Amino acid sequence: MTVVIDRTHSTPPDPKGSGPVSAAARARSSNKPPSGGLYKARAAIYPKLVHGRWRAIKWALMILMLGIYYVTPWIRWDRPGSLPDQAVLVDFTGRRFYFFDIQLWPQEVHFITGLLVMAALALFLVSALFGRLWCGYACPQTVWTDLFIYVERMFEGDRNARMRLDAAPWSFNKLWRKVGKHITWLAIGFSTGGAWIFYFHDAPTLLSDFWIGHGPMTGYLFAGLLTFTTYVFAGAMREQVCIYMCPWPRIQGAMLDSHSLQVTYRYDRGEPRGAHKKGSDWTGRGDCVDCKQCVTACPMGIDIRDGAQLECINCGLCIDACDEIMIKVGRPKALIAYDTDAAVEARAAGKPAVYKLVRSRTMFYAVALSIVSALMIWGLTHRSSLDLHVLHDRNPVFVRLHDGAVRNGYTLKIANRSFHDVEAIVAFEGAKGSILKTPGAKATGETITVSVPANGVEAVRVFVSLPSDSLTATNLPGAFIVRTPAETARVKTTFLSGAANPR
Amino acid sequence: MSKRESDEVTGVETTGHEWDGIRELDNPLPRWWLWVWYLSIAAAAVYWVLMPAWPGISGYTKGVLGQSDRVAVAGELAALKTVRGAQGAQLATASLEEIERDPQLLAYAQAVGQSVFGDNCATCHGTGGTGAKGYANLRDDVWLWGGKLEDIHHTIQVGIRSNHEAARQSQMPAFGRDQMLTASQISDLTEYVVALSRRPADRAAVARAAPIYQAQCIACHGPTGQGDQALGAPNLTDQEWLYGSSREDIHGQIWNGRGGVMPSWQSRFDPATLKALAVYIHSDAAGQ
Ligand code: SF4
Ligand code: SF4
Repeated sequence: MTVVIDRTHSTPPDPKGSGPVSAAARARSSNKPPSGGLYKARAAIYPKLVHGRWRAIKWALMILMLGIYYVTPWIRWDRPGSLPDQAVLVDFTGRRFYFFDIQLWPQEVHFITGLLVMAALALFLVSALFGRLWCGYACPQTVWTDLFIYVERMFEGDRNARMRLDAAPWSFNKLWRKVGKHITWLAIGFSTGGAWIFYFHDAPTLLSDFWIGHGPMTGYLFAGLLTFTTYVFAGAMREQVCIYMCPWPRIQGAMLDSHSLQVTYRYDRGEPRGAHKKGSDWTGRGDCVDCKQCVTACPMGIDIRDGAQLECINCGLCIDACDEIMIKVGRPKALIAYDTDAAVEARAAGKPAVYKLVRSRTMFYAVALSIVSALMIWGLTHRSSLDLHVLHDRNPVFVRLHDGAVRNGYTLKIANRSFHDVEAIVAFEGAKGSILKTPGAKATGETITVSVPANGVEAVRVFVSLPSDSLTATNLPGAFIVRTPAETARVKTTFLSGAANPR
Repeated sequence: MSKRESDEVTGVETTGHEWDGIRELDNPLPRWWLWVWYLSIAAAAVYWVLMPAWPGISGYTKGVLGQSDRVAVAGELAALKTVRGAQGAQLATASLEEIERDPQLLAYAQAVGQSVFGDNCATCHGTGGTGAKGYANLRDDVWLWGGKLEDIHHTIQVGIRSNHEAARQSQMPAFGRDQMLTASQISDLTEYVVALSRRPADRAAVARAAPIYQAQCIACHGPTGQGDQALGAPNLTDQEWLYGSSREDIHGQIWNGRGGVMPSWQSRFDPATLKALAVYIHSDAAGQ
């Protein structure tokens, strides 16, 4: 039985210190019985700044990810002709997505789907192996909240100072700190929304247009929207977003098992907890000195010693907080650590802990991820720049000519995904003596030539006539072949001729 | 209702409902959910003031922003007209051949032509333009009055047997109904026409009909039955027939001498539209 996930029955506290003491016995602070009301106001959380390995990783990742987010639209990428020179651009008006040397067309949306499937599988795999790494380190909500708390700390100080300030009556000191904080938050929110819209337009042009009021309406709308959501979500709501708005904490329960690494309080080592006098003996008691530093550090406002819980985003800050204490009291670090429920239980039962990264679940995710990735790579490297789409006329499906020949009409869409104009030669294959013609053209022949602009589509109607002696069946298989100097596209179609004279 | 009980682990009361052994804790909702709800109501109230919202007996509340989809559509249509104005003007000045040579103008003319065709011509010629018995197929390469761009344009303008003074006129005599030929002569003539269209026919009847054809039909259909587009006389040697190609159909046509009417469209459409229609039909048809 895992201690933390199964909450359907209680495990009474074990005074001798070998069980999950607090989890079972005490109601968590966030789960207190309702005090009669239907609604509960948010309890303010004042996370304390910690120092340590995980905090350092979080700072580094924050700088990296925010850097990528804000800088990416400004990377230039030379493309020929009038094509945009922005490395990453979602061009809704031109209906193209540019990503460095890759450009995707609307009909290639399956690549985006594939990318999303890959992202989902990677998330499942990482969750099954290492718990909620995404939540704790990479989720935009976490990253921006972390940044906002940093700003808060700059203006109002660390935990105790902030608590004092909030409790204090209004003064000039309190006012300028609060106002400064909110202005900085709004500025961050605005640059977040501002950076977002640069992904959809040429960034330098949009920047100048934006300030003189010539930007597109949607630009202002989304800049405003993201300013607002960033400010509210990261400034005011924080953990409320994770607890009440995000579906992932609920889904993760299905991704995790007792072998997943998660931020874990090692109760086998920590219990029974209690205050410890310097110099006194450690025998007969656990390493946890009940200093609650892990609780004060937690941005979600929970006590990790209650076991894994929905609110915990696995950010590891409680690990850093507890490690500081363990060094102070002279006990080994990692009383709270990335560990598995199975390992903690095994040690609690006096057995050696076993770590199983390779499990059927992780193998399944890994294999699925590899397959999708391989398909994506194959798809991206094998995509042609020439695309042909053939639509048979429906009305009339065929026309009989005076000499018994039959003519069918088709609409061909020739897509040229390359960066230069091409001359495409269209031919019909399958029956002898086919003659091709486009509407309005005087000339007929075995092939027709269509110029297709770079990065564009040319729709052309083509009439194919077959002489009566080629009409061996009412329904002849045929194919259109489109050749450019570099590529050939072939699309099968049918030539219809009807059984007899239609009149 | 089951009785209220407390969850042993958390000490929180449950709602008393149970699904497959799982009971729901009766935790309070976050307060901000309530605020969001109030905000939504407030937003709705603001919307009612700004936008058209409430129905009344003789109308609806218009909203202070004066938003109206009808007005927006009318504005967009007007804008479209200005955009198309240039091409429309080009259509009016360019010659028929020039329109067909310019791919952009051709595409525009085809679009205009297609929509005008659908509203006016499709009734007789079908939406696909393939016609029906008695109504010409405009997609093939058989044309009674000529299939050149100019011919088609002229036919649309003046019509056939219409009330236009320059209407296309042709008259096939009703050899049977008007008792110009006997029934057996008409039967023989039918075989002759079948033979003209290179199909097996009764040789004796064909021989008997030869002098009749020489006397009665040659003036319009020509000695070899090739017809004459200047007169609107059909070619009898091809496989496409306005009134059908079976012996019965041919016999009936010689007997009754039918001829249809097509209205003149000159008074109905401006010259640019007439051109667009001609170009649409010509460019989408086979042959010429
Ligand atoms: S319990 Fe620890 S890991 Fe979980 S959210 Fe709080 S600080 Fe982060
Ligand atoms: S920080 Fe470590 S020692 Fe302090 S209460 Fe938390 S687990 Fe116990």
